[in-house]
Amino acid sequence: MTIRASRFAPTCLAALLGVFAFSAAQAAEVQVAVAANFTAPIQAIAADFEKDTGHKLVAAYGATGQFYTQIKNGAPFEVFLAADDSTPAKLEKEGDIVAGSRFTYATGTLALWSAKDDYVDAKGQVLKDNQYQHLSIADPKAAPYGLAATQVLAKLGLTDKVKDKLVTGQNITQAYQFVSTGNAELGFVALSQIYKDGKVTSGSAWIVPADMHEAIKQDAVILTKGKDNAAAKALVEYLKGPKAAAIIKSYGYQL
Amino acid sequence: MPLTSADFAAIWLTLKLASLVTVILLVIGTPIALWLARTHSWLRGPVGAVVALPLVLPPTVIGFYLLIAFGPHGYIGQFTQSIGLGTLTFSFTGLVIGSVIYSMPFVVQPLQNAFSAIGTRPLEVAATLRANPWDTFFSVVLPLARPGFITAAILGFAHTVGEFGVVLMIGGNIPEKTRVVSVQIYDHVEAMEYLQAHWLAGAMLVFSFIVLLALYSSRKTKMGWS
Repeated sequence: MTIRASRFAPTCLAALLGVFAFSAAQAAEVQVAVAANFTAPIQAIAADFEKDTGHKLVAAYGATGQFYTQIKNGAPFEVFLAADDSTPAKLEKEGDIVAGSRFTYATGTLALWSAKDDYVDAKGQVLKDNQYQHLSIADPKAAPYGLAATQVLAKLGLTDKVKDKLVTGQNITQAYQFVSTGNAELGFVALSQIYKDGKVTSGSAWIVPADMHEAIKQDAVILTKGKDNAAAKALVEYLKGPKAAAIIKSYGYQL
Repeated sequence: MPLTSADFAAIWLTLKLASLVTVILLVIGTPIALWLARTHSWLRGPVGAVVALPLVLPPTVIGFYLLIAFGPHGYIGQFTQSIGLGTLTFSFTGLVIGSVIYSMPFVVQPLQNAFSAIGTRPLEVAATLRANPWDTFFSVVLPLARPGFITAAILGFAHTVGEFGVVLMIGGNIPEKTRVVSVQIYDHVEAMEYLQAHWLAGAMLVFSFIVLLALYSSRKTKMGWS
């Protein structure tokens, strides 16, 4: 028994190792840092991506500025889907990405949203009427949707008027949370958070015209840590493909 | 120094919040601690456990519940709206209430230990001398429990200064109202303003060390563990 087992074990081990080596080459895992506004779309894309390629996608969601700090300090991310184009550009300049891997995967759309039905009109007049208590935005210093929101307010000449009504979320998810819990009547959120298959899913919203703020170009990069990972390359290719494009558009992004 | 007026506003707000919360906690924490130290009621266990909850709960749990409760559809929110206060989220008052809950065990527990350590004997003596309960409290309990009060005040203050998660979730990051130092540091890091983050974070580190140093040094020389 023991002799047989001892002869059998190495064979088994070799076979197992073989399987692991095989699966490592075929189906790898990719660690992705995803901007908070892209949470819902990447979950939909991940399901298709895993089914089509056999690779596994592990996502972390957060603010782009926060990810930058983590990446600079050795975070294990291999692909970064940022909420802006300046942070990936900065990483590129600092030599933290695979050369030439930077591209725009989506252009964000800003929306003024309330959890209440019929509260926000189709032209955003509710902002000028000034009857609300709190207007929620994402931190303009760290989140591009927050910056775009301040540009819209400036364009409408409301910067001073809203000053005492502004509440700031750390990222676009928190800006959304303040509105969805009713603590703020109004908030500038990413359309992707409240939009599915061509319509606003709850409450009322004004989809802000793109010419009222600088374009929210969201860039993706393969980080240095992912340079030898087949799954990282596959994901980036997948994001450029038609299947992902359809999903991205269905959440209200432009391409 | 690269600190801006916004940084100093955050420091000032933090000190204001921590002082106010400490005073409130000493006032409401004392009767709770006295009761916990003296009672034989079956409620002692449950009440003690509720007071200690913030020690183990992540601040996100407290912050999340407060965000819902303070909101226009929450119980507290509906109450505050009905008495004309509006809602408590995004307000300094809201932060004070959140911090009182969050720092409660850091004040109640040292007080409770101090009261227990006094025992019943001095109280009985005071009673035989016909001191009324108020007299007993101010002339006997308070002086004997002084080290406990000092520990409670320092810990309550320091813990409120170090608060982050709850403030982040219910504060809304409003300058001079809800943007405390810990949030300001987080903002600086997110905005990649590392120099300012360093200054503020360093100041917090030194402050916390000095507070704890004072606490532990005084314990060793004067009072031991209360």
